[in-house]
Amino acid sequence: MIRRVRLAVATVVLAGLVVVPWVVDDYTAAILARTLALGLVGVSVALLTGVAGMPTLGQTAPYAAGAYASAVLGSQVSDVGVVQVAVAALAGATLAAVTLPLIVPARGVIVLMITLAIGELAVTVLGRWRSVTGGTDGLAGITPVRPLWGLPVLATDQARYLYTLAVVATLVGAVLLLLRTRVGPLLRAGRDDEMRLRASGHRVGLYLSGAHVAAGAIAGAAGSLLVVAQQYISPADFGFDTSALLLLGVVIGGTASIGGALVGAALVIAVRDWLFGVLPGHAPLVLGALFVATVYLLPTGVTRVRRPRGGSRPPIPAPRQPAATPTRDRGPTPELRV
Amino acid sequence: MIAVAAGPNRIDPYVIPALDGVAYGLLVFVAAAGLVFCFGVANILNLAHGMLYAIGGYTAAALLDGGWASLALALGVGVLAAAAAGVLLAGLLTPVATGNHLTQALLTFGVALAGGSLLVAGFGPDDPQVLVPAALDGSVAVAGHRYAAYRLVFIVVAAALAAGLYLTVRRTRAGMLVRAAVDDPEMVACLGVSPTRIRVGVLAAGGALAGAAGVLGAPIIGPGADTADTVLLLSLVVVVLGGLGSMGGTLLAALAIGEIQTLGVALLPSAAPFLLFAAMAAVLAVRARGLAPRWAAA
Repeated sequence: MIRRVRLAVATVVLAGLVVVPWVVDDYTAAILARTLALGLVGVSVALLTGVAGMPTLGQTAPYAAGAYASAVLGSQVSDVGVVQVAVAALAGATLAAVTLPLIVPARGVIVLMITLAIGELAVTVLGRWRSVTGGTDGLAGITPVRPLWGLPVLATDQARYLYTLAVVATLVGAVLLLLRTRVGPLLRAGRDDEMRLRASGHRVGLYLSGAHVAAGAIAGAAGSLLVVAQQYISPADFGFDTSALLLLGVVIGGTASIGGALVGAALVIAVRDWLFGVLPGHAPLVLGALFVATVYLLPTGVTRVRRPRGGSRPPIPAPRQPAATPTRDRGPTPELRV
Repeated sequence: MIAVAAGPNRIDPYVIPALDGVAYGLLVFVAAAGLVFCFGVANILNLAHGMLYAIGGYTAAALLDGGWASLALALGVGVLAAAAAGVLLAGLLTPVATGNHLTQALLTFGVALAGGSLLVAGFGPDDPQVLVPAALDGSVAVAGHRYAAYRLVFIVVAAALAAGLYLTVRRTRAGMLVRAAVDDPEMVACLGVSPTRIRVGVLAAGGALAGAAGVLGAPIIGPGADTADTVLLLSLVVVVLGGLGSMGGTLLAALAIGEIQTLGVALLPSAAPFLLFAAMAAVLAVRARGLAPRWAAA
């Protein structure tokens, strides 16, 4: 029953999104397209934070890698959008794979810290590597793309929005389907009780690596969509505040829910855009206050994830386990696995 | 952000960047020590740490007028203001103290966003000028090179600060409590020390360190719109490189970052953007098992 309601809601929302460009003006359509791209990054954040249990503040790094790969490399390879999305996804996945040794051994809040450093370093590189990225001035004059071979180029904001929507819907659908196979339960099991999964012969590190590379590919693809939607990119698009906003959106949407992440991220980004429009100069102040208020209003610090069998964990951190768990920092931070 | 002194000498271009690296590294150490405290002791990822440094930096820019008295005043006001901001942060964190780290990180980020906006609103959007005491405004001769006197004095002061920090953590009762809280928070709670008190104390101490670094380091990493981000990033990289195991590790990591940002950039200007990434990768390659074991032990 619930599944049927959910399907109906999703269908209605999707239909509404398809109709939107004929209702709103060009500017709003362009903003919506960018919001969709950011929502897709939110999906990759949810995949890592909620499903795999690795809270991340660094998905802007593969997102940026994808965007710049799409704008710099992809436009030389082909003007077909799908090819550029593939190039961008490859770039995002490559960056995620390179940073694997930093991330996979760590857990919990340490992942948050390392990914934050990676994201910030990526922005620093973008700002300084002028010959390729154009530095802080960004890249403009991006050549228009055609969605598939033989189709006309995307010349209007409406067309670009519909292209973004199609790619986002396809990728989110693919993620949802993938999580319904064996992959989903395995990742969730690793999040809820890694020791037990390990003991039954599963290579949890491998699963986490796979999830991280996949999330990198998704964020990279979203980067390509941003290039199409915005027709201009600069390091400011990939700053630390973008990561934090996406994480807030994912937390609001219920970390483990892919659809919720998409809605939450879109909502938070929309609020930001609206605030910057109505309150030029004071938007960060109000946005910061909203962050604090949201955190207070969230029910019990957002623990919607089902607990492992056997009931709730004790409120006091369990005593540190002996050397048997060298790679697992579970002792002091059991409540971390959101 | 990269402070390379433009000395008139052309004989040995690398002595000055190396010395600058020491100054930069010690500054980053003092700033990062506060973050390490918050994270290691109170288990809070304080994303507002860079803002606490910026408070010190803006205080220095507003109060310094070239005299010694103004430096003492700026140091006092900056340290107090940043410590007060740390206490405020601890107060805001109290309702979610038993929640998860994700919400704590988001809350501190919200505070950083709002605080940064208030700082810019209060002090203006332009990077303010910082006046060092007139007696230190010149340059002195170091091994045949001209070097900014302020930086030389800063190296001495920051080294003294680092030594004082080490002795405080090693030898005083407060330091013992801090180390005990890292090892076994429940036992410390059983000893009758309230976890709330520890959290407030640690955030205030972290704020005071960041404020002191902000005032003294204002001529090196000056206050501006992206100061908070820069300092937070450098502190995070210090923690990632040095782990939380020891203050020695933190100091080594901070000095390494200082040298990378100055000497490394002077030696390899074309690779400059990637040097911090490369350093993180190199350290992890050496520590083949990654950082987790050290962190688990922290």
